[in-house]
Amino acid sequence: MVLVFAESPRGQFKKSAFEAVTYGKKLADALGVSCVALTLGPLHDAGLLGEYGASRVLNNNNTAFEHFDSQVYAKAIADAATQLGAKVVILSHTSTGKALAGRLAVRLKAGLISGANQLPQIESGSLLVEKSVFSGKALAQYKLNGAVNIISLMGNAVKPEMTGSKLEPETIQLTVTPGKIKIKELKTQEGTVPLPEAEIVVSAGRGMKDPANWGIVEELAATLGATTACSRPVADSHWRPHHEHVGQTGIAIRPNLYIAIGISGAIQHLAGVNNSKVIVVINKDPEAPFFKAADYGVVGDLFEVVPKLNEAIKKYKAAN
Amino acid sequence: MKLLVCISQTPDTTAKISFNADSTEFNSAGVQFIMNPYDEWYALVRACELKESLGGQVTVLHIGPAANETTIRKALAIGADDAVRIDADPKSAAFVAFQIAEYARKENFDIIFLGKETIDYNGSEVGAMLAEFLDMPYVSYASKLDVQGNIATLDREIEGGIESLEVELPCVVSAAKGMAEQRIPNMRGIMTARTKPLQELPAAPFEALEQLNRFTLPPAKAGVKLIDPENMDELVRLLHEEAKVL
Repeated sequence: MVLVFAESPRGQFKKSAFEAVTYGKKLADALGVSCVALTLGPLHDAGLLGEYGASRVLNNNNTAFEHFDSQVYAKAIADAATQLGAKVVILSHTSTGKALAGRLAVRLKAGLISGANQLPQIESGSLLVEKSVFSGKALAQYKLNGAVNIISLMGNAVKPEMTGSKLEPETIQLTVTPGKIKIKELKTQEGTVPLPEAEIVVSAGRGMKDPANWGIVEELAATLGATTACSRPVADSHWRPHHEHVGQTGIAIRPNLYIAIGISGAIQHLAGVNNSKVIVVINKDPEAPFFKAADYGVVGDLFEVVPKLNEAIKKYKAAN
Repeated sequence: MKLLVCISQTPDTTAKISFNADSTEFNSAGVQFIMNPYDEWYALVRACELKESLGGQVTVLHIGPAANETTIRKALAIGADDAVRIDADPKSAAFVAFQIAEYARKENFDIIFLGKETIDYNGSEVGAMLAEFLDMPYVSYASKLDVQGNIATLDREIEGGIESLEVELPCVVSAAKGMAEQRIPNMRGIMTARTKPLQELPAAPFEALEQLNRFTLPPAKAGVKLIDPENMDELVRLLHEEAKVL
C-alpha cells in the first residue's frame, strides 16, 4: 500500500497535504493498491483526507507531535510504515518533508527521491521518478530500487482532486519518544499565503526605484489574490522583508503564474523561479535577460503598465 | 567546541548544463566548479565565527576525488583548521551521508554543519540522513545559530514564518541565508591554508537504492510573446484563454 504522511502544522492541513494525498491515491491506483493517510498530533478534521482519495485516515494525537521535531516524527512515521507494510511513502517537499525524508529513508532502508514533479512511470513493477535538478536547468529520472521507497512531492506539481468522501479517522498506536528540540517562539506572516504555496506571485525588483513605490505591486497582488515577492538586491537593501526574497539564495518557488516587475532576471534569480508554469515579465529594458525566460513580456514603464494591468484584471474579475 | 562542516562541490550557477551522449552523466567539460554556496557562505563561516568566539576546532569534510582539493584549501583559507577528504565519487545523498556518519561517529563533534541544499541536485537530503545515521536532532534551514554551553539557539525557516528553538548538543544543522555573511579569504588565510592538515580516507562500501536513468533538458520555452503596454486587456485575455492561469 501507499502511505501518505499528511502534514498538519498547528492542527491544520495546508494545500500540500491535499496534493500529497491526491498524488498518493493516483499512484496507489496505478499500482493496484490502497492509499492510507497518516496524520500526527491533535487536529480538527483528519477525516477530510478521505475526500482526496485516502481509503483510511490514521491519527495519533500525542501532544509530542504538537511541535515538529524530525527525530520524533521520523520514528513515528517509520513505525506506521512498518506496521502497515507500506511499500511507498509519500511526503510533501516542504520544510517539514525535507527534514523528514532523509531520516525516513535511513530508518526504513528505503530508496528516496525528493522533489518529484509528476507521477512516477511504472516499469515492470519499478517506479521511475522524475525531478528537477541543477536549479531547474535539467530534469533527472531515477529508478527506485528499495523494498520500500519514499517520494517527496514538489508543491503545485499536482492539483488536489476530490475523488472520495469524508472518513472517520482511526487511532494508530505509535512509538513516541521525547525529542531534544524545544520550540520557543513562532513568528508567522499573517494573512498571506506563504510563497512556496502561492499559485500566483507578483514580484518586483530594483526597477521600482524606491520602497515607497510598492503600493502598485501590492494593489496588483491584492486584485489577483497573489503573494508578493522580491529580488535579492531589494531584500538586501531592506526595501522589502527577507522572507519575500525569491531566487537561488532565497526561496525557490513554482507558482502557476509569476509576474516579474522591474527585475532584470539574473541567473541566480531565475534559478529560484524558472519552474513557474507561466512567467510574465514587465521591464522597460527590452534587453533584460528575463524576457528570454518569459512566456509573456511587456516592454514599458512599470509605473504605467502595472496600474493598467491592475485595472484590466479588475475588469476581467468583474465580468467573470 | 568541536565543529564539523561538510562541504560539497557544485557547478557554478552560471554553468551551461549539458550531458554525455547517452544522457546519463553530467558533462563537466569546461564547467567551473565552486564550493556549494550554502556550505561556504553560511555553514562554514558561522562555524568559524563560533570557534573564534568560543574556542575550539573547525574541521571540514569533503567527499570527492583529489582534484577537488582546491575547494578544500579554500575552506581552510576561510578559517577551518583541518580537513578530511573521503576519496570517492559522491554518487548519492545516502552514500554521502553514510560516509560522513562513519567518520563523525568516532569524533564526537558538538555541531555538524551543512548547507541547506546543494545547488546541483537540490535534494536537501544529506543532513536528515546524517542526523538519522547518528541518531542526533536535526535543525534544517537555520537562518540563525548561537551556542551557550550545551544548548544551541536557532531560527528555522518554515513556510510562512520563522520558528525559534533550542536544541541540546550534539546536533546536525543545515544553514540558510542569514546565518552568516560571505567571507572572502585573505592572503594570510590562503598562505596558512597550504600547510593545514588534510587527511585522506577511503570510502566505506554502501549500496545506493536510487539509480539514475537519464537526464533531460526541460522543453525549450516557445519564446516570449510581447504585448503592447497600452493593451493590458490583451495580456489578461491571453493569461485566461491561452495560459489558463486566471
